[in-house]
Amino acid sequence: MRFGLFYGKDLITLHALWLFDFYLCGNDFFMPAEQETLDQIDALGGYKYGFETTIESDVAPAGLNADVVRMISAKKEEPEWLLDWRLKALERFEAMTMPTWQKPGITPIDLQKISYFSAPKSMKDGPKSLDEVDPELLRTYEKLGIPLHEREILAGVVGASERKIAVDAVFDSVSVATTFREELARAGVIFCPISEAVKNHPELVKKYLGSVVPVTDNYFSALNSAVFTDGSFVYIPEGVRCPMELSTYFRINERNTGQFERTLIIAEKGSYVSYLEGCTAPMRDENQLHAAVVELVAHEDAEIKYSTVQNWYPGDKDGKGGIFNFVTKRGLCAGARSKISWTQVETGSAITWKYPSCILKGDDSVGEFYSVALTRAKQMADTGTKMIHLGKRTKSVIISKGISAERGDNMYRGLVKIQPEAKGSRNYTQCDSLLIGDQCGAHTIPYIQVKNASSTVEHEATTSKISDDQLFYCAQRGLEEQDAVAMIVNGFAKEVLQHLPMEFAVEAQKLLGISLEGSVG
Amino acid sequence: MLDIKELYAELAEDNKAILKGVSLAIKPGEVHAVMGPNGAGKSTLGYVLAGREDYTVTTGNVTMDGQDLLEMDADARARAGLFLAFQYPVELPGVNVASFLRTCLNAKRAENGEEPMNAAVFLKLARAEMATLGMSDNFLQRFVNVGFSGGEKKRLEMLQMALLAPKYAILDETDSGLDIDALRIVAEGVNRVREKGTTGFLIITHYQRLLDYIKPDFVHVFADGKIVKSGGMEIAEALEKEGYSGVVAA
Repeated sequence: MRFGLFYGKDLITLHALWLFDFYLCGNDFFMPAEQETLDQIDALGGYKYGFETTIESDVAPAGLNADVVRMISAKKEEPEWLLDWRLKALERFEAMTMPTWQKPGITPIDLQKISYFSAPKSMKDGPKSLDEVDPELLRTYEKLGIPLHEREILAGVVGASERKIAVDAVFDSVSVATTFREELARAGVIFCPISEAVKNHPELVKKYLGSVVPVTDNYFSALNSAVFTDGSFVYIPEGVRCPMELSTYFRINERNTGQFERTLIIAEKGSYVSYLEGCTAPMRDENQLHAAVVELVAHEDAEIKYSTVQNWYPGDKDGKGGIFNFVTKRGLCAGARSKISWTQVETGSAITWKYPSCILKGDDSVGEFYSVALTRAKQMADTGTKMIHLGKRTKSVIISKGISAERGDNMYRGLVKIQPEAKGSRNYTQCDSLLIGDQCGAHTIPYIQVKNASSTVEHEATTSKISDDQLFYCAQRGLEEQDAVAMIVNGFAKEVLQHLPMEFAVEAQKLLGISLEGSVG
Repeated sequence: MLDIKELYAELAEDNKAILKGVSLAIKPGEVHAVMGPNGAGKSTLGYVLAGREDYTVTTGNVTMDGQDLLEMDADARARAGLFLAFQYPVELPGVNVASFLRTCLNAKRAENGEEPMNAAVFLKLARAEMATLGMSDNFLQRFVNVGFSGGEKKRLEMLQMALLAPKYAILDETDSGLDIDALRIVAEGVNRVREKGTTGFLIITHYQRLLDYIKPDFVHVFADGKIVKSGGMEIAEALEKEGYSGVVAA
């Protein structure tokens, strides 16, 4: 990676040596840990996070109806208004049908066979502090590399990360732990499970829930609105720069459950927050549904940076099992000069189907979308973004990198819409596809609608293959094929990876390398 | 010693015979020049030795310091000390030179049971070599061969050769596309490695020009898939005067 010299010298001074090493030689970062990784992959049959946690859970009987919605709402001790909101959403949902315009063929999902609520039994009364969290759960997160003990993070025992990162860990339908809350509270930042925000900050939840993604926006947003269980709530007050990275770690554990999380982030005037999410799940033969809704609101001069490293179980090599990752993510740049930036690295899931979008309402607001989607085996991705320009002189940037290997199928689908009143607006779009092998697919479908004459839209697209010449050149310099492929792929994805927070960028690099192992030759 | 014995090879695609009984022995410290007309199979010799899969060796054998070279994959040959400077170096978009070089160097170090070289030590070493090759520091951040001029590409090949310090180096038409200044710099790069006396060179070239700067110990004339004449510098001079047809016929 060349974060440093190439993209801004100030970074070098900040993280001097560590960063220096990283910028200069980032591409071989995956190498030292390689053998260990390979062993783990061998042990787990290809997917590193495929283990299952044996834990007693409260699981709701399968099925979707008003009683189930009432049960979820009761479990969460929700106020009447929210139950009503859910029931209305269910009603609207029942009148909708599954969309069919997407590229991936989706095996029908029987929504009546899914359980809509699963919580570890030990969580019944909710943990008062980390000490009360079931040790088995803590071990699960430890295995995943997510430290939940603040003490250990502070002492530097867990992880090599120098910066503090607050974590909200969501296990099936509930949040099991949120770290660093007190320190954040001192800055006025609210970071808690959304179920708790409903209790403690009802006015905020009521004001913003469904304000960016209306209940009936689409089939899955309606479903989520009816049955959403947990997720993160973030509120950054006016003028506050959030003192640390916030992150949520999602884990699906229970069989035959869906995960329907709801995330709401509000950045008041002049504030800043960087939020990241990671996702894994055990290996199952059946498909599991993950249908989340994420809403972001950035007021005047506020900035939200939202990063995702999605590594849900992708299914086996013949496409059996894996997560259906059908997510609605949308940000509203409500105020002037506000900015929302989405960065995603999608390597997991049997099917990824999502379009993190920006509504650029405030004048001079900015929306960005940086994406790497990797599909191998029989994985499919239909992903992209929507940039809706409403305010004057609004700007958007779209950089999409699709990597397809084996029989993987990758689709970029994006909409750039510039309304008549959005005078002097700009968009730049770049869609690059990298093909590995001769059975994979890459498709690009850009929709562009410009309704005034003073705006500029640029679209660039390339498709390339890792050539035999490149592989031979690398081999002649002593590189094994899989290392050469990982190096080339990371080079291809670099423009996107550099937008991730530092710690995640290193992880994402390794993940791309690991995800492609054995896919060539 | 790099010992090539009665090597026959064909294009895997259509079984067209290209190498037809090449024999050549190169000792560390020696410089062998192979000259010949276009289409004689000179570049194929380099590729076959380096292990390119587009060619099939039909008979013959090659050993490198006693190891059976033909049994090894291309990457293993490289780590064992064989280097091929490409006639047309390949672009690696997104992969910067610093990262590429250090990755290659560390792959070789790992093979020898050495610790990976850290960034600071590597950078010092690379910068020193770059200075002697007349390359500016900004090379390190550029993507490998992307947008490089012909001269820059060849310099990068020489930089890699210097850093990897191979036991045997094959230079495939390294002089093609170079102006006289670049040619001199490339030749100096080779001569510096040569002075150490530990690397054996096989220099494949079409013109005598390069040999004005790198004086070979041996000159071989290559025609129709094999070496037809061997000797010293006088052969190169004769080729320059009489052309290939004259020398080969004689």
